[in-house]
Amino acid sequence: MSDTGISTGVDTGIRARLGGHLRENGMLLALVAIVFFFTVVVRARIDVDFLSAQNITNLFLQNSYVIIMALGMLLVIVSGHIDLSVGSVAAFTGAVAAALTVKMGQPVWIVIPATLMVGGIIGAAQGYWVAYWRIPSFIVTLAGMLVFRGLTLWLLGGQNIGPFPREFQAMANGFIPDLMGDWDQALLGMERLNGTAVLVVVAAALVLIWLGLRARARDAEFGIAPEPAGLFWARNIVVSAALVFVGWKLAQFRGLPNVLVILVILTVLYAFFTENTAAGRRIYATGGNEKAAKLSGIRTQRLVFWCFVNMGVLAALAGMIITARLNSATPKAGTGFELDVIAAVFIGGASMAGGSGKIVGVVIGALIMGVMNNGMSILGIGIDYQQVIKGLVLLAAVIFDVYNKNK
Amino acid sequence: MPALLEMREISKVFPGVRALDHVNLTVEQGEIHAICGENGAGKSTLMKVLSGVYPHGSYEGEIRYDGEVLHLRGIQDSEAKGIIIIHQELALVPLLSIAENLFLGNEVASGGVINWRETFQRTEALLAKVGLRDAPTTKVEKLGVGKQQLIEIAKALAKDVRLLILDEPTAALQENDSQKLLDLMLELKAQGVTQIIISHKLNEISRVADRITVIRDGATVSTMDRYEITEDRIIRDMVGRDMAHRYPERTPKIGDVLMEVRNWNVWHPDQAGRQVIKSASFTVRKGEIVGIAGLMGTGRTELAMSLFGRSYGRNISGEILMGGKPVDTSTVAKAIDAGLSYVTEDRKALGLVLEEPITRNITLANLAGVAVRGVLDKRRETQVAESYRKQMAIRTPGVFQKAVNLSGGNQQKVVLSKWLFTDPEVLILDEPTRGIDVGAKFEIYNIMNQLAEMGKGVVMISSEMPELLGMCDRIYVMNEGRIVGELTRDQASQEAIMALILKDSGKAA
Repeated sequence: MSDTGISTGVDTGIRARLGGHLRENGMLLALVAIVFFFTVVVRARIDVDFLSAQNITNLFLQNSYVIIMALGMLLVIVSGHIDLSVGSVAAFTGAVAAALTVKMGQPVWIVIPATLMVGGIIGAAQGYWVAYWRIPSFIVTLAGMLVFRGLTLWLLGGQNIGPFPREFQAMANGFIPDLMGDWDQALLGMERLNGTAVLVVVAAALVLIWLGLRARARDAEFGIAPEPAGLFWARNIVVSAALVFVGWKLAQFRGLPNVLVILVILTVLYAFFTENTAAGRRIYATGGNEKAAKLSGIRTQRLVFWCFVNMGVLAALAGMIITARLNSATPKAGTGFELDVIAAVFIGGASMAGGSGKIVGVVIGALIMGVMNNGMSILGIGIDYQQVIKGLVLLAAVIFDVYNKNK
Repeated sequence: MPALLEMREISKVFPGVRALDHVNLTVEQGEIHAICGENGAGKSTLMKVLSGVYPHGSYEGEIRYDGEVLHLRGIQDSEAKGIIIIHQELALVPLLSIAENLFLGNEVASGGVINWRETFQRTEALLAKVGLRDAPTTKVEKLGVGKQQLIEIAKALAKDVRLLILDEPTAALQENDSQKLLDLMLELKAQGVTQIIISHKLNEISRVADRITVIRDGATVSTMDRYEITEDRIIRDMVGRDMAHRYPERTPKIGDVLMEVRNWNVWHPDQAGRQVIKSASFTVRKGEIVGIAGLMGTGRTELAMSLFGRSYGRNISGEILMGGKPVDTSTVAKAIDAGLSYVTEDRKALGLVLEEPITRNITLANLAGVAVRGVLDKRRETQVAESYRKQMAIRTPGVFQKAVNLSGGNQQKVVLSKWLFTDPEVLILDEPTRGIDVGAKFEIYNIMNQLAEMGKGVVMISSEMPELLGMCDRIYVMNEGRIVGELTRDQASQEAIMALILKDSGKAA
C-alpha cells in the first residue's frame, strides 16, 4: 500500500463531488423532463392542459401523504432500517381521528394532537423491538403492517366513517386565503389572482438563490472545487422559474393549498435537521457504521428508536390528511402506500445499506412518482402498465446510482 | 524414504512488503512438524502458499510433495492431494448438523440426492476416530469450541487427509480440550497422518512435535530436532533481530499517575463461565507511553474495549481512577467524558464511517464541539478538520474527501484526530500501526510522542514487540487474560517478554 495517496485522491475527490451534483441535477432534470413529456403528450392526445392550476393543485394533494411519509422514511432508511407498516398506520390513525371526531364529537384541536400522539406511540412500540431487541425492522414492521390494517378494520367496523367538520377537512382541501385584498387584481386587470401566493413563491425563489450563493461562497472559502457557475445558474433559473410558474398558476385558481404549505414547512425542517444538527448527523453515522458510531459515544439504539417514533407521527399526519381529503376514514385507506414511500426514498438516492440519502432527493423522488401517477392516469393508461412503468423507473434509478458508484 | 513435503526457496511479495524471503521447509513422512514465529513473521502466508490460497505463479520457489512438483491453482487442488488446512477461525456452518458439516461440498450423494444412511454411518465412524460420541444430527452451534475443533479434524479425515495443517489449534481452547486435541494429534500420527502445527505454546510443541522450524521476518531461521529444542533457543531464534533506529527519539517527561485500573475482571459475552480478563491492574502516568504486550488472543483488545464504555464482555467488575478519583465509564459517552479514548484495532470496521468525509469523521465523537444547541456550525467543523489535517499531516486533496479513499496511514491519522478532538487525557491505541507502511508508521510514532509531550497518557497495544520496545517507557505483559509482568524500559527486551509469557503458559500446563 503506497502512502502517497495523493494521486488517487485528487481524481476521486473531484469526481465524487461532480458525481454528487450529477445525482441531484440528474434527478431534477428527470423531473423536468417527465413533466415536459406529459405536458406535450397530454395536450396532443386528449387536448387537456397538464399544467393547469387545478391539476397542479391535485398533484400536490394526491402526493402530499407520500412525501410526508417519505421524509420520515428517509430517516428510518438512513439509520439502516425500513418501515413497511406506514400505509397501515396511516389508515389506522385516520380511523382513530374518525372515531374521535365523528363518534365522540371531539373538536379538531384535540383530535389532531391526539392522533399524532397515537402515531408516535405506534412508532415507539415498533421502534422498541427494533432498537433494543435488535429484531429486524423488516419483520417487526411487516407484523405492524398486518396488525394495524386489522385494527383499522376493527375500529371502523368494516365501514367508512364520516363526514368530518369543515375545519378538519381544511387540512387537506383548504387554501391559504388572500391577505392582500383586491388591489392587485385591479392593477393587473385580472379577474382572479391570489396575490399572497405570488408573493410567497417569489420570496421562496429568492431565498433559494440566496442560500445557494451563500453555500457557493463557503465552498470557495474552503477551496472546494465549486460547481461550474453555468450549471449553478442553469439549475437555479429552472427551479425558480418552475416555482414562480406553479405559484402563478395556483394564484389564478384558489391560492396555495394548506397541504402544500405543510409540505414545504416539513421539507425545510427535515432538510435542516438532517444536514445541520448534531442529532441528524448521528443518524447518518449510525447507518453508515453502527459500530464506529457506538464506539464514538453515540447512543445508536436510542436514535433508531426515535426514528421510528418520528415515522409514526408522520404516518399519523399523513393518515389524517388522507382522511380529510376523502372526508371519511375507510378500511382500505393507504393500502400499498408503504411501497410508494419506500420507492420515493430510493429513487431519491438513499442507500439500502443506510448512511446516505438527502431530503431534497427524496422530495424530488416522490414528485417523480407522483407526476407519473397523475400523468398516466390522465392519459387513461391502465393500472397494469402504470405498475410496470413505476417499477422500471425505480429499478433504473437505483441501477444509475450503483453504476455511478462503481465507475 | 524421501520427505513428504519440500518447500524450496519460497518467496512471496505483496505490494511494499516481502512477506516470505527464500523460506525452506521440509516435512518428513509421518512426523509432526511445528512452525514457530512471532505474529507477522510469515507463518500464515507460508501455509497459504502450501494450501493453494496463493496459487502457483503468485510466488517464487518450488513445492515438492510426494515426489512431484505442485502447481496448485486453488484450495481444491491442494485438498485433492490430501493437504488440508484447519484455520484458526473455524469454517463450520453453525446451523447445520455435524454430518452435514463433515460432508459439506463433498456430500455422499448420487445424482444430487444425499444418501443419509451412509452419511450417518460414515459420520459415526469419523466421530469415533476423533473421540467424539455426539449424534451426527447434532447442530454444530450446540458444541463447544473444543469439540468444534475436533469436528474440523474429522472433516479433514473425511477427505482422506495425508498432510494436516493446524493453525494455532489450541488458541481458543480450554486446558483439558487442548490436551484432548494434542492426544488426538499423536494418535493420528500413529495412523500415519503427517501434520504441521503452528503454535506459540512451547509446552505443546515440546509435547507433540518431532521437529520445529522457526521463522522470523519471512525467512527460515532454523530447524531443530526434538532433542535440540530448548526454550532459550526458540526465543532467541524467534525474536533475535537488530533494532535499528526505526523509532523517533524522545526524552520522556513523566508526571503523576493519570489513570489507574484496579482488579479489572471481564467475562466472555457469550460463553458462560469463561473469564477473559482476570484481575488486571495497571497505571498510566502523565506523559508516559505504556505498552501492553502479549500474543494474539490473550485479551488485550478485550481489556481495552471493556474499559472503554464496557464495549466488550459482561459481568465486568473493577475500578478505574482518573487523577486519583473513581470514574464511571459504563457507557462510551461517559468514558469519553472521563477523558478516555480508544483507537480501535480495526480501523475500517470500528473506527471510521468510510463513506463519510474526513470532516464528519473527525467531529463524530465530539459533535458538541462544533455545535451550538445541537445545530452544527459547519464552518467551524471545516476549520477543525483543516487544523488536524495540518497538525497530523493527513495527505488528502481536501478535508471533504471520503475516508474510504485514504491510505491506511492517513485513515489512522483521521481516527487519531477524531479522538484528539475529544480532548482526552488517556489514549488507548490498539495496534495503531497495523496494515500501515513503514513511512507512515514512523509518522504515527511521532504523533504518539507528541501526545506524550502534551502530557497525555498513551497506552499502546501491539503484537509487534520491537515496536513496543522502541516506543514504550513501561511495558505490561499479558497472557491468557492476566497481566503477568511489568517491565521498565531498561528491563524490557524481547527475550524478557517472551520469557514472561512462556513461563506463565508453562505454569498453566
